[in-house]
Amino acid sequence: MVFLSSLGGERLRSRFRLELPLHMMLLPGVIIVFIYHYLPMGGIIMAFENYVPTKGMFGSPWVGWDNFTYFFSLPDTHQVIRNTVVIAVLKIVFGLIVTIGMTLLLNEISKVWFKRSVQTLVYIPHFLSWIILGGILIDMLSPSEGIVNKVITGLGFGEIFFLGDNGWFPFTLVVSDIWKEFGFSTIVYLAALTSINPALYESAAIDGASHWRRMLHITLPGMLPIIVLMVTLSLGSVLNAGFEQVYVLLSPQVYESGDIIDTMVYRMGLQQMQYSAATAIGLFKSITSFLLIGTSYWLAYRFANYRIF
Amino acid sequence: MVERATWSRKLFLNFNYALLAFISFLCLFPIVQMIAISFSSGTAVASGRVTIFPVEFTTDAYRYVLRNKAFMDAVWVSVERVLLGCSLQMLLLVLIAYPLSKEVSAFRHRTLYVWFFMITILFSGGLVPTYLVIKNTGLLDSIWALVIPGAVPVFSVVLMLNFFRSLPKEMGEAAFIDGAGHWTTLIKIYIPLSKPGIATLLLFSVVGHWNSWFDGIIYMNSPSNYPLQSYLQSIVLMKQDSSALSVLDQSILANLSDRTLKSAQIGLGAFPILLVYPFLQKYFMKGIVLGSVKE
Repeated sequence: MVFLSSLGGERLRSRFRLELPLHMMLLPGVIIVFIYHYLPMGGIIMAFENYVPTKGMFGSPWVGWDNFTYFFSLPDTHQVIRNTVVIAVLKIVFGLIVTIGMTLLLNEISKVWFKRSVQTLVYIPHFLSWIILGGILIDMLSPSEGIVNKVITGLGFGEIFFLGDNGWFPFTLVVSDIWKEFGFSTIVYLAALTSINPALYESAAIDGASHWRRMLHITLPGMLPIIVLMVTLSLGSVLNAGFEQVYVLLSPQVYESGDIIDTMVYRMGLQQMQYSAATAIGLFKSITSFLLIGTSYWLAYRFANYRIF
Repeated sequence: MVERATWSRKLFLNFNYALLAFISFLCLFPIVQMIAISFSSGTAVASGRVTIFPVEFTTDAYRYVLRNKAFMDAVWVSVERVLLGCSLQMLLLVLIAYPLSKEVSAFRHRTLYVWFFMITILFSGGLVPTYLVIKNTGLLDSIWALVIPGAVPVFSVVLMLNFFRSLPKEMGEAAFIDGAGHWTTLIKIYIPLSKPGIATLLLFSVVGHWNSWFDGIIYMNSPSNYPLQSYLQSIVLMKQDSSALSVLDQSILANLSDRTLKSAQIGLGAFPILLVYPFLQKYFMKGIVLGSVKE
């Protein structure tokens, strides 16, 4: 026995030597991720104290759940949570419908050059930042000078203040977000379509199925698994209404319909220096998101056999 | 097999071509209009005559912007950030993806490391604690605040890892039998073989760094340290440009307006992306598909 175990130890040691370079490769990344992702997780204790910068994280007085009570007692809080969920869900639902529709339309195109050109053009907005697109939108949608309102007034309607009217602002957010992303989102669905066996289409055609029926009974079912997967994964972003876009387009007159959790955290935390309150709101969002993302990944793994790593 | 198209099919196909052409036009129109405005004279823009072609063509807006020191400083910060940030990201990406591409049988602690990186996708400390950590590690107001905290893009690690996994395993094993260690195998075999993958992720990394602006705004105290996109945020969205229009020679100013200047700056901010886009497009289909859809 003694002999055997010493042999085992020997083998373990040689295995360790073999794997040592792998640990060394991971080390720099692990250090950076630890400092800039894990240490901030420790910082969430600030949510339970009244953080005073001069006293530091360990010297500041402990207040328990006060910051959370404060957050939920703010008059705007319920509005902000509702805005976040409404905007995010509208983006997910309509984004999905437009993307699937676009995929089906592209799929009916047989001229390769035309398909390629359309794809090239509709992907472009995805690669531009919200600063660039926001600048363009603000110019285009301006009530007095923008080209969109020129067209609307030309048709005899009144000017619409897309970015300043609470009735129109969420609509503007959803449409402009879809404009930016729908093209690029088709990639995943188009990839799924390439795996459909062409023989299915041929035999359906021989049996006299129209193009419409082939789309309905072959293409759509072929896309179904990836649609299910995408819907499941999007569950995780129900609290992500798109911070960068909203931040760029938001102005105080549309806080009522467009202020979201992330913009509220930014304003309270880094502009008004209410560190603890902002951390508490952020923590509320992180935990809810964590549960949602965890559930969505679990469901995706369970039903679509999806694994990230 | 050849099918005779019915009239309704023909109608649909023509409609479909027209619709897709229109959709493409809608995607491009805002960008084209912005470029047209930037090359038009201020008076033409103000009178609303500019749609997709420049009216009273002039490059004055660009000449003014390119002579603006604050703008050029911001361009340099962005260039610096892209060079530093992308090199660091690519280095770490390869170093992390290689060990994680091994099976558990070859690397016992793989699962532990996978979870270590996975958790950062699932949970984050939030804006304020992250800000305080960056402040306390002394990165505020330095270019490193834009480079180091985001140096490990986990989703790109997943893509890279899949590129490595798609390489024939025998190649690595053969190298091992010939006495090469992990470092030699990675540098001499894996990296040269996954050049297309690395090129794709490099382009993504360049686009990502060029486009980021929010970190610039929160981690840079003085606007003179802003990268270009953060600078554009403060100039273009805050509607405060006219105040800067004072010193330069009046002959140029006559042709300018707030809108042409903003459009020129937005155009310059988008220019590098539009420039690398054709190369990007060639690769990303493959990259995205490999990374996101696995069976």
